[in-house]
Amino acid sequence: MSKESPLQSRRNALKCMAYGGAGTLFVLAGGVFTPVDLARAAEPSTDPAKQGTPLFVQISDTHIGFNKEANPDVNGTLTQTIELVNSMPRKPALIIHTGDITHLSKAAEFDLAQQMMSRLKTTELHTVPGEHDTSDATVTEYFNRFGKASANKGYYSFDHAGVHFIALINVLQFKPGGLGTLGAEQLAWVAADLKGRSASTPVVVFAHMPLWTIYEPWGWGTGDADQLMSQLRRFGSVTVLNGHIHQIVRKVEGNITFHTARSTSYPQPAPGVGNGPGPLKVESNELAKMLGVTSVSVLKHPASLSLNDTTLASHPSLASIS
Amino acid sequence: MIFAKRRSVLATLVVSALCLALTGTPATAAQADGAEVVIKDFMFSPVAVKVKAGSRVTWTNKDDEPHNVVSDTGLFRSSAMDTDENFSFKFDKPGTYHFVCSIHPRMVGTITVE
Repeated sequence: MSKESPLQSRRNALKCMAYGGAGTLFVLAGGVFTPVDLARAAEPSTDPAKQGTPLFVQISDTHIGFNKEANPDVNGTLTQTIELVNSMPRKPALIIHTGDITHLSKAAEFDLAQQMMSRLKTTELHTVPGEHDTSDATVTEYFNRFGKASANKGYYSFDHAGVHFIALINVLQFKPGGLGTLGAEQLAWVAADLKGRSASTPVVVFAHMPLWTIYEPWGWGTGDADQLMSQLRRFGSVTVLNGHIHQIVRKVEGNITFHTARSTSYPQPAPGVGNGPGPLKVESNELAKMLGVTSVSVLKHPASLSLNDTTLASHPSLASIS
Repeated sequence: MIFAKRRSVLATLVVSALCLALTGTPATAAQADGAEVVIKDFMFSPVAVKVKAGSRVTWTNKDDEPHNVVSDTGLFRSSAMDTDENFSFKFDKPGTYHFVCSIHPRMVGTITVE
């Protein structure tokens, strides 16, 4: 449990902002987020026990194939993201991609994305599809490449470093009005998957669309997510990671921490701002600050996870993306 | 009170959206040779189309964002259309056909074939 005073936390948060808008390291202890500045976390002298063990990095919304004004070079920004991850001093053992790997579900886009992501220095890459990955006429391109882990169902689970990971798909069925849906079959599978697991097991759940309603008019939510949360509430540490909205939104509800990641491709407007959830054009020198990854560490005492968002702008050699 | 303020902004937006929906373009009269549906600002326009049996309907995406057209019965399904790309389907049998953009499923429309 962190014992930082509010003043210290505020100072840290301010220091963090001074760190080029790089993001904040949030230590989750006992279900409460405490901000710790990135600059301090980056110092080699920092007690490694306080930093936790690097567990995994979340990459999201790479949108390979996108070529519009908001970012004419998504291949370039993904390459920079890969360099950023590969240059992390404490390398994560696994990487998750929370969907929208491609923009148009084209075979060539998937091939290029796979080729690029093979340069990630990691032993495991776990994926879930976004709606942009399942928009081909036959809905087969994603599953042909990434379907094996789930026997083409789109949902699966695995364990790593004492943490239970659950990958879910919420982009194939939709409720009227456009929210994502998990569906009865998948929810029943989650119940069976969690049955008998100790409440002290840290759980990470990841899916493309937010698993809580952020903005219903744009379909930024999952209609039956409540039925998932009711199964997760008994666990002491649950981290829910999503993509889809190309910006960070976070919420803590009891022991469940919800977090959406930045994209590596282009920003999107804040909920409800403008005509719709299309690509947001920003000044070219602002773009790198709005793209990035989330890294997650596990803290042993108490067993909990910390989230750390890093933008492409925070990496000294990557600061000039145009 | 940030939350209260957000809620009122949200309510305003919802009301505006409803007004838009009510004043939207009404369904066009039945056309013999086919119909064009333009996709713009995350909307199908017109949102409801009437055609005669044997007509071809063409959807064209005018947004920067890709869209597709998916029949709720599985009768037709386009690939994702990038900007200015289009998709056509010929409707042979009379009936009412609902479709959705699976990338943005709040986007729905109807083809009525007479």
